[in-house]
This record gives sequence, structure tokens and C-alpha cells, in this order.
Amino acid sequence: MKAVLALLLLVFAFPAFAVDPSEVLPNPALETRAREIGRALRCVVCQNQSIDDSNAEVARDMRRAVRERLVAGDNDAAVFDFMVARYGDYVLLNPPFKARTLILWLGAPLVLLIAGSALLLAARRRKAVVAPQPLSDEEQRRLDSLLKG
Amino acid sequence: MVAELGHFALILALAVALVQATVPLIGASRNDDRLMALGRTAALTQAFLVVLAFGALTQAYVTSDFSVANVVDNSHSAKPLLYKISGVWGNHEGSMLLWALILALFGAAVAVFGAGLPDTLRSRVLAIQALIGVGFLAFLLFTSNPFERVVPAPADGNGLNPLLQDPGLAFHPPLLYLGYVGFSVTYAFAIAALLEGRVDAAWARWVRPWTLAAWCFLTLGIALGSWWAYYILGWGGFWFWDPVENASLMPWLAGTALLHSAIVVEKRDALKSWTVLLAILAFSLSLLGTFLVRSGVLTSVHAFAQDPARGLYILGFLLAVTGGGLVLYAWRAPQLQGGGLFQPISREGGLILNNLLLCTLTVTVLLGTLYPLFLDLLTGDKVSVGPPFFNATFVPLCAPLFAALCVGPFLGWKRAELWPALMRLRVAFVVSLAAALIAMTMIDSRSTLAALAFGFGVWLIVGSLWALADRLKQGTLRTTPRATLGMVIAHASLGIVVLGSVATSAWHTEVMQTMKPGDRLSFAGYAVQLDKIEQVQGPNYVAERATLIVTVGGKPYTVLQPERRLFTVQRRQVAETAIQTNFLRDFYATLGEGDPSQGWVIRLYLNPLAPWIWLGAAFMAFGGFVSLSDRRLRIGAPRSSKTRRPAAQPAE
Amino acid sequence: MRRAIFILPLLTLALMAGFFAWSLTSGRDPASIGSVMVGRPAPKLDLAALREGEPALTDALLKSGKPVLVNFFASWCTPCLAEHPLFTRLAERDGATIIGIAWKNKRDDALKWLKRLGDPFKYAGLDLEGRTGLDWGLSGVPETYLVDGQGIVRLHFRGPITERDLNERILPALKGAK
Repeated sequence: MKAVLALLLLVFAFPAFAVDPSEVLPNPALETRAREIGRALRCVVCQNQSIDDSNAEVARDMRRAVRERLVAGDNDAAVFDFMVARYGDYVLLNPPFKARTLILWLGAPLVLLIAGSALLLAARRRKAVVAPQPLSDEEQRRLDSLLKG
Repeated sequence: MVAELGHFALILALAVALVQATVPLIGASRNDDRLMALGRTAALTQAFLVVLAFGALTQAYVTSDFSVANVVDNSHSAKPLLYKISGVWGNHEGSMLLWALILALFGAAVAVFGAGLPDTLRSRVLAIQALIGVGFLAFLLFTSNPFERVVPAPADGNGLNPLLQDPGLAFHPPLLYLGYVGFSVTYAFAIAALLEGRVDAAWARWVRPWTLAAWCFLTLGIALGSWWAYYILGWGGFWFWDPVENASLMPWLAGTALLHSAIVVEKRDALKSWTVLLAILAFSLSLLGTFLVRSGVLTSVHAFAQDPARGLYILGFLLAVTGGGLVLYAWRAPQLQGGGLFQPISREGGLILNNLLLCTLTVTVLLGTLYPLFLDLLTGDKVSVGPPFFNATFVPLCAPLFAALCVGPFLGWKRAELWPALMRLRVAFVVSLAAALIAMTMIDSRSTLAALAFGFGVWLIVGSLWALADRLKQGTLRTTPRATLGMVIAHASLGIVVLGSVATSAWHTEVMQTMKPGDRLSFAGYAVQLDKIEQVQGPNYVAERATLIVTVGGKPYTVLQPERRLFTVQRRQVAETAIQTNFLRDFYATLGEGDPSQGWVIRLYLNPLAPWIWLGAAFMAFGGFVSLSDRRLRIGAPRSSKTRRPAAQPAE
Repeated sequence: MRRAIFILPLLTLALMAGFFAWSLTSGRDPASIGSVMVGRPAPKLDLAALREGEPALTDALLKSGKPVLVNFFASWCTPCLAEHPLFTRLAERDGATIIGIAWKNKRDDALKWLKRLGDPFKYAGLDLEGRTGLDWGLSGVPETYLVDGQGIVRLHFRGPITERDLNERILPALKGAK
């Protein structure tokens, strides 16, 4: 039980390679939020890393800024806005949902929808053909006569 | 001297490939036996020559011949032998030579093992394979010659990127390329079929082993890359949705769809044009991956050196191969006769759904990877697409796929009833539900999604194994066809991968502390003491090594020794993590920066079920190999006798 | 209609290949991250002065009616060394008002560096912790901003400025905005 408790106390949402012990906030709830936000912010001088995973100076500054804003009482959206105001949408690893990114977010679901509907329509047309049709009376009589004689 | 021999062999190989690409095609359309037979000879000769060339480059690396420019750029005399060898393909030119080698070897394999194929089909396949080979060999010889000399030869080389000096990464490219190039064979089969104007069950039967082999190797290659990232990059992540990772995932998804689609062609003579298209796309996506990595249009941690000129050549090649294939497809595919009819609820219907979902997943990854580029070109806006996007779009789509995966084998061909199939799986359903509830209540009550995903993992395992339930009851398990066994193993292993991924991502624990020698900390029931920090000398690096003594309840449990290595030649630091695994979880330690006065940053992680990710992937590939070993595939479809007009016989 | 479906993959390929060819021939830099500061009011300026005895830097400096250049530099930064003579020239020959900000640099190191290479900055500030840099969307040093007389950012250079930047963009902007 003690182990489980220890586990729960030490749980963070994700590991972060570059976060320093000195950066960690004393409030675990805020620190968890800081880690989650850090995971969703891009290091602007690295190739495809989040600020939590980067050792760059700018990444460190951004991590500190995130924590300062959280301590000051900002909610998550406000922290993201803070960063976007300075670095643009580029800094968001989760691309925003706006006119410019509609195709990005809706492209694949649209393909699924269109292809799926097309297939369903084609299937409906075929369904009638495959289901065994009952014999008409005429055909049944012919079958009987053939079988008998 | 050896380098020149290698160079010459390469030139000869190009000449042979040119012959192989043209003559058998002519022979096939004229039904000329001698011309078609040339395909086999040419394929074997080409393979021999490229093997020579590759051997020459390897020899240059092993003997540290620094008069060869490629060796100077990528090797060093102090490097361990294993990495001298793997350095051959750890650079652009060498890896292109590896591509050409595997292409030629696969061509030779088709020539040798494809004796059961109809002559026209085999010669066409060999010709297409050679055509692709021409592209790569020309690329090598004209833009990326690995045998360039350097005069005067420097005393020593520049060394290999320290990140690549690792056993995992040494074998990652060859396995990946075996996968990519394996798909070139299925591509060749597709083009040959379009040229012949015929796709039938026999064709599907012949295509299946090559697709399976390619898929197995690609699975292993991707898994190895992911495992390497996990233990070398130092923070326990194993998949980052980096463009180059995505570039290998897309052909894998298309290849999986192809594998399943070909079954329908074989069993029911349906889904032909879709299967041919998937065969073209799988290889095209492999080429797209090559393009993305080497052209410089995207930045990535993995990318080779950027070079727009090279990029244009590869783009041209991609256009020729994919464009040519798709033009042929647009022209000939409509004429492919549709085969057996079936109802929506049927095994065929299930496999169509499978196709649909896998293709949508591929489109998702493609869009996510390329969108920043497109938007930047069109509007100048910069946008980033990272893991959060893929977690929101890719992962949810896996749910219907996983759900349907276990139901499929219980549906009959042509027409089936859904409810009875579902009812047969009721035990699996209950067990999965229970697993999800246990995860929710006992492990972690914060994330319902993680619990749900966990349930899906269990569903995949139990539901897949249930396909053998009837056989078990009847005692006929031993006579299960290997193809079925392979399917069950592969599907269940996917569940193992899912369980490992969910557990590691959602339920790991970590602790991070600055420690000095003698300090202790308590972590998840383990007592960890930093015993000492020492300087260690490696063959081509200097490292700082920490010794962490781990005890449980006072008794010694293990010793972890993470390092930070500084490679003297390149002046780069690489972290060597220390991992202790009991196959149910990884105990993971890294050493950060530090000094005697302030102490060192030590990070410890417990990653539950992490080993299952790679063990699961290995088992998936194993399942594929089991399927491959099915006798029916090796015997192949009956060989159709050559159509010869019989001598006129008087009616008797 | 059915025929059209078979052409769809080819069309998709053509579209993608078009983008790739465009990207390869446009000379675009895939690593560039753009700038959101251009066209917007300049961020806050609230820094201690680098040189002894001078007043702290404030926003008023950016809204003086005359365009100013803001240059972030550091003594440990090699490209800063390369671009510095251009600023000296701008200050002496063209009379430009340049605000220099030492980023993550110890005061003494920065002052020594300026003493050695020449000090073209009318005003100079010290951003030891990088907070001002963050507010200005800095990704490293050197970076240079041109702010017009009304306090709107007109140009943002990431990396060292070149002769070409000077002649084609900075000088015209300085003269034009006057």
C-alpha cells in the first residue's frame, strides 16, 4: 500500500529528459500541468522536439515562462496564447483548428466518409444479386418434372 | 584497386540491368522463350555484380582505406569492427548501395524461386524489378558514387555519428530496406499483371509470399528503430511521429492492407483493382520515404544531409515509378474483371473495412507529415504537427480496426451473419471489459482512455486466440494450417504491442534528483544509492559513468550504470541509459550533467510492460514468418501449361 | 464515373509532386520558423542598462518618432562577431539609432566585448535571464529587429545580418520610415 502511495505521489504525466530538478514546481498539480503543456509546445530551435525534451537555452526559458504563468494563475489556454503571441502557431505541436488547417484535421475523416459511403452504395446494389431468390411457381414445376423424369 | 573493381562492377551491373529491363519485356509480349530466359540470367548476373560492389565498399571500410572519400567521411580507424561494417550503410551513398544490393538480390530470388510462375509473368516481373534497379544504379553512379577517391589520402577519417555506433541502429537500415525493397517485388507483380491484363487467384497466390516477407522485415525494422530510440534518446519515449518515422509507417500500413486484400483476390477473385493499387502504393510510399529523408524538404532528427539536387532526382524517379504505375493502373485496371460477389456482412466485407480503415490511417499520417510543407508553400504560414495531432486523429481510428479485427475470422465468405459471429466472441468481450475495468479502478483512475486502450489490447489477444477455440475443442489443433496459425500469432501479438504501448505511455513513474556519491533515494519500493561517478575510457570515447546500487527490502536487487559518452573525434555527447528489465517492466536510469560540488542529475523511470512493445512486434513478424512457411505458399498455384496451338487433329 | 475513380490516385500524385518540385526549386529553408512580430506593435522593453550610470531601457525609446534597430547579441556568439562591423557602420555612417541587448551574457563579458570591437549602440541593455528575449520571440542570437517611429516592428532578422540585408532592406526602411 505504501508503494502504491509512493507511486501516486511521484506520478507525472510524461517523462521529460531535459527538465531540471531546479525547475520543478513545488505544487505537483501545477507541475503536472506544466509537463503536459511542455509536451505540447515545440522547441523552436530543435528538429521536432518538445520543450520538455530539449536542452536548448530557449527551451529552458520557455519552460520557465510556462511555470511562471501557471503559478500566476493562468489557465492552459492562456499559457498557449502567451507562447503563440511570441512564436506563432509554429510553437504548437497540436495544430490549431482554424480555416488554414481544415484540410489537415478533416482530410482523413472526409476520405473515410466518402470512400465508406461509396462502398456502401456499391454494396447495396450488389446485395440483391447475391441473396438467393426463391423459385417462381413455373420454375418450381419445371424442377419437379425434371427431377421426376 | 578494390574500390575501382567495385566501381566497375557497379557500371557493369547497370548495363546488365538495362538489358534485364528491356529484353524480357519484349520476350513476354512476343512469347519468345529465349528472350524471356535472358531475364533469369541477367537477374543472377546483376545480383552477383552488385554483391561484388558492396563487398568492395565493405572491404574499404573494414581495412579503413582512407583513400576512398566515403570511408573518410564516415569512418575512423579507432571504431570497433561492427561499426566499421555498419558504417557502410550509415551514410547516403552506402545506404543507396545497400538498396541496390537488396533490389538485385530480390530479383535473383524471383528468378530462382519463381520457377513455378508462368514465363511471361516472371519475365515481366524481372524486367520491372530491373527497371527500378536501373534507377538506383544510375542514381549511384551519376550523383552518389561511393567509390570516389580522395588524393592525397588523409591519415584518418571523420568518424561515424556517435548516435549510429550502436548495435540496434546497425541493423535497423538493412531490415527496413529488406521491407521497402520487398515491396518493389509486389510492385513489379502488380505492373506485370496490369501489362498482362489479368489478375487472378493464381497471381494473388504468388504475390502473397513476397508481400509477407517484405512486411515481416519492415515490421522488424520499424520495431528495432523504435527500440533504439527508446534506449538511446534517454527519456523513455519510443515513437515521436517524426517525419522519418512516419515515412516508414506509411508503407507498413499500406503493406498490411495489401496483405489482407490479396487474400480476397486469392480466395474469392474479388477486390482486384484495389489490391493492385495497394501494391503500387506500398512501394511508392517506400520511395516517398526515401525522398523525404534525403531531399531536405522536411527537417527531422533522422534526416541524412539535405541536398535539393539529389532531391529532384529522387522526385523524378518517384514520379517515373509511381506515375508510370498509376497511369498504367488508370488505363488497365477498369478492365480487370470483377470476380465473386458478396454481401456487405461477410469475410470479404470485413476485409474491405480493414482496407478502408488502414488506408484512412495512411492518409492521416501522410497529411500530418506533409501539411506543414504544403501550407508553408501556399501561404508562408508555419504550423507544426506533432504527437498531439496524431494522438487525436490516428489513435481513435484504431478502435474500429481493432474491434473488427477479431470478428473477421468468424465471418464466412460471401455472406455471413454478424450477430452469431459476435456471440462467439462473447468470452473475449467479457474478459476485455473486465481488463478495462480493472485498469480503471486499480491501476489509474484518471485516464479512461488508457483503460479503454488496455481493454482493446486484451480484446486483441483473447479474440485472436479464440479463432483456434473450435479446433481446440475438436482436438484438431495440430492440423491447423500454418497460414491460420500465423494469422492468430500476428493478431494476438498486435495486442501485446498495444498493451505495452498503453502501459508505458500512461502508467510509467519517474523520479529526478540531483545526487552526490553516497546519496540515497527511494523510488517505487526500491532503494537507490549513488555509489560513485567515474571516468571511463572507451575505444573511441570518454565517458562519465554512474554506479547506482538498487536494493529491495535491504537485499541487493541490481546495479545500474548509466553513462554520458563524449566521442572525441566528433565532439558529441551521447547518453547511454542503463535498463534493467524483468520483461514485465523496465527499470530505466539516465545520468545527466553535473559536477562534484553540486552533484549529478539522476533520472529514474519505471516503464511497465515496455518490453512487450518490441517483443510483441517481434512476435508479429514471427507470425508472418510462420504464415510464410505454409506449404501451400511454397508449392504455389498450379503452373499453367504454355499455350501452344495443338497440331491440327482430324476429328475421329 | 467509374473511370474517374481510377484516375484519382494519379491526380493526387501529381498534386503532391507539384508541391515537392516547388519546394525543391524555391530555395526555401525547411528549418525557418518565421516571425510573428512583423507588422505588430513591438513587445515590451523594460531592461536594466548594460553600461554603468545609464538609465534603464523603456518602451519610450521605441516610440520616439524615429526608426530604431534592436540587436540582440552575446559575447559568446560567433556569428555576432561577424555581423558587428555592419552595425558599427550603420551607426557611424548612416546615423542609425541602435539599441543593443546583451542576451544571457554576463555584464563584464559583454562590456569587454564591446570595448574590443567597438560600441555602436546608442542605448544598451542587459537581458541576463532571457526574459526580454522570450517576449520578443527570440530563438537565439544574433537577431535584429527594425522598429519604426510609431513602435511597429517592420523587419525581423533571425541570424546575422548580411551586406545584402543592409542594402536591400534595412537602409531603405530606415530612410523611408523617417
